[in-house]
Amino acid sequence: MTTIRCDIVSAEEEIFSGRASMVIATGEMGELGIAPRHAPLITRLKPGQVRVQLENGGEQFFYVSGGILEVQPTVVTVLTDTAIRAKDLDEAAARKAKHEAERALSDRSDALSLAQAQAQLAQAVAQLQALERLRRSLKH
Amino acid sequence: MAGAREIRTKIKSVANTRKVTRALEMVSASKIRKAQELMRASRPYARLMRQAIGHIARADTEYEHPFLKARAEVRRVGYIVVSTDRGLCGGLNSNLFRTLLNDIGAWQARGVEVDVICIGQKATQFFRRLNVNMVASVTHLGEKPQIAQLIGVIKVMLDAYTEGRVDRLMLSYNDFINTMSQKPVVDALLPLPPTEEAPSAYNWDYIYEPDPATVLDHVLTRYIESLVYQAVLENLASEHAARMVAMKSASDNATKAIDSLTLVYNKARQAAITQEISEIVGGAAAV
Repeated sequence: MTTIRCDIVSAEEEIFSGRASMVIATGEMGELGIAPRHAPLITRLKPGQVRVQLENGGEQFFYVSGGILEVQPTVVTVLTDTAIRAKDLDEAAARKAKHEAERALSDRSDALSLAQAQAQLAQAVAQLQALERLRRSLKH
Repeated sequence: MAGAREIRTKIKSVANTRKVTRALEMVSASKIRKAQELMRASRPYARLMRQAIGHIARADTEYEHPFLKARAEVRRVGYIVVSTDRGLCGGLNSNLFRTLLNDIGAWQARGVEVDVICIGQKATQFFRRLNVNMVASVTHLGEKPQIAQLIGVIKVMLDAYTEGRVDRLMLSYNDFINTMSQKPVVDALLPLPPTEEAPSAYNWDYIYEPDPATVLDHVLTRYIESLVYQAVLENLASEHAARMVAMKSASDNATKAIDSLTLVYNKARQAAITQEISEIVGGAAAV
């Protein structure tokens, strides 16, 4: 039986790598079944299952929250997203990152006073050390 | 014996400090390995992405994605700065910031404005004090950063680039070379440098679903995200390596300090004993 190499990876880890007799995934335009020697194809995936039929007749399921499916004659590659991605979710994340920067900029006073306190503490410690050294040298 | 007791307390406090630095050193040593593991795991994704981009970029000549096209005039440059959240890692962050300031200074001298996005507490603190425009930031990524944590900041910059508010995008982080050396780097992120792949022997093209433009857009965004993610991992490994080295030298210094303090302590003790003896002898002679 002919088989096709199948790699499922995410940006964070390698999820599956091995030989398969067929790979079934949910593409943006519909369900896809990729058999060996399929024509080169690239498509976006919808959140859903990727089924890998192994050569021994077994089957493995993976849930993907979206991604890209790339097919070449001898290899199928699934580049999965690690998180659920949607336009408004991404935008919310972007807003949060902006807000974070604004917050960091606005509580300048707090951090400044903290830095001042730290500087004063360091100064006090240095003075104490100097005093100690002086006292010791006077004793000898 | 008052002086001797003071020295003894001092020795004890230095010994305590050494315990802490030893512990930090050991913790970092084990974390380096985990960080390297993460780095290795993230590589296949970027490699396969690059391959796909190479194919698509060659296949469709009519649609030119803004990410691939260099702009003639540069009015504003964006920087994504990856730093650590915590200190005690030697000169890691300050070396990076110095390299970065040189780069930023060169742009500003030419009248180009600069936007900065900070990843990590240290960069946020640093750029707050500077006269640059910090547009977004994310901190506290933890020991196992996830791409989901980075989506927001990356999107801010990619949107700015697509809308023409930023004409060039740079990525700055500490490159992990080995445990002993980390190199601060400033890489160009956008426009993407053209992929240099040997053209295949025969012509072929993908079947695109739905169409090349949509797929290319999707792939490029994910690719940029994975590049930034990898930079974060490199920086994480660098952080642990730098901290391990810094803590090792701190422990060594503490050992040296204890040695010299012990010497001083013994001398003081000896002097006190000698003095006591001479006082007794003097007293006995007087009787």
